[in-house]
Amino acid sequence: MSTPTLRLPETPTGSRILSIGAARGANVVTNDDIAGPIDSSDEWIQQRTGIVTRRRADADVTVIDLSEEAAREALTGAGLTGADIDTVIVSTVTHFEQTPAAAAVLADRIGATPAAAWDISAACAGFSYAVGQADALVRSGAARYVLIVGAEKMSDFIDPTDRSISFLLGDGAGAAVVGPSDVPGIGPTVWGSDGSKAGAIGQTHAWDAMKTTPDAGWPTLRQDGPSVFKWASFQMAPIAQRALDAAGVTADQIQAFVPHQANMRIIDQLIKQLRLPESVVIGRDIADTGNTSAASIPLATERLLREGQVKSGDLSLQIGFGAGLVYAAQVIALP
Amino acid sequence: MAATEQEVLAGLAEIVSEETGLPTDAVVLEKSFTDDLDIDSLSMMTIVTHAEDKFDVRIPDEDVKNLATVGDAVSYITKAQA
Repeated sequence: MSTPTLRLPETPTGSRILSIGAARGANVVTNDDIAGPIDSSDEWIQQRTGIVTRRRADADVTVIDLSEEAAREALTGAGLTGADIDTVIVSTVTHFEQTPAAAAVLADRIGATPAAAWDISAACAGFSYAVGQADALVRSGAARYVLIVGAEKMSDFIDPTDRSISFLLGDGAGAAVVGPSDVPGIGPTVWGSDGSKAGAIGQTHAWDAMKTTPDAGWPTLRQDGPSVFKWASFQMAPIAQRALDAAGVTADQIQAFVPHQANMRIIDQLIKQLRLPESVVIGRDIADTGNTSAASIPLATERLLREGQVKSGDLSLQIGFGAGLVYAAQVIALP
Repeated sequence: MAATEQEVLAGLAEIVSEETGLPTDAVVLEKSFTDDLDIDSLSMMTIVTHAEDKFDVRIPDEDVKNLATVGDAVSYITKAQA
């Protein structure tokens, strides 16, 4: 008897983002609210980062709570229910449990059980990583409708006296439903990492220090701001350009550019390096939301759509970059 | 061919002027980037990146904090080209 040839699923031509949902922390935190412990001022923070306010969640709100709020909005936008979702991916670095995954709990909350569910850790590049994974899963036939969420409660990992990163950070979640499409709605993902720069952004100490060093305390986040600025501003522009090239489009053919909302000055430098025409709308949600890591790209995109600055079908170049160091970029058709 | 200190100063002055809007003749050897030219650490990284490209040198991030004055940077770049 001959060995049978394994059957493969039928595969769609492409995938696309069908909808986006957003959840921002309920509290507006001004620069004046946080300037004291870092001996700073509203003017310095605005000049340094472009941030006017950031949104932070209440103490009892979790990463999964934020994820659920964004996910429900995305499901409604896609005209689907949880039962239609067969895969859930949550990107987060601020979920308190290493196991079980936030994605499994989220899947259950939205009625998506028994969807495949897992978390990914790609920090501020997490949403773009999730888009890349979802696109590949849908196009391979491994999934039909994938719910992806970038969710962070960064305020649980800040040190009010830290001048390197804490003052940038906000809380929120952005969700998207990715499904099959007759025409490609997600271009090739250009992604990578550079672990030699792992020390550029990360925790003050690893969790095991809390066992070995009794006074280590709760870890908070730190970054080497100038080094990260240089890397993000000048090494990420060529990555974004490669995503345009891979999708077969030029800068004058896209309608929006949504980089990770790390710092307004990085955004401005990327625009300059990419020589984007003035017709391209720029995601600048950081001004009032702060840096929400994996949530920042979908939150900024949701805002552009909600405010009517872009419309369904427009092409958006998005790029995430952050701790790892890791990065990912792709061109998407907006839902 | 490696640039002279004078040529490095002229090139650096153009980069600083482009980043800050200051006239090139304000960029002289004894000026401090932070205290005199009001250049913060992020703008300094932009200037360093453009200087690396212009003079074909590499300035590691950890060395940037030692470049307090325009003269420090000119001297560093000139030596790095040699």
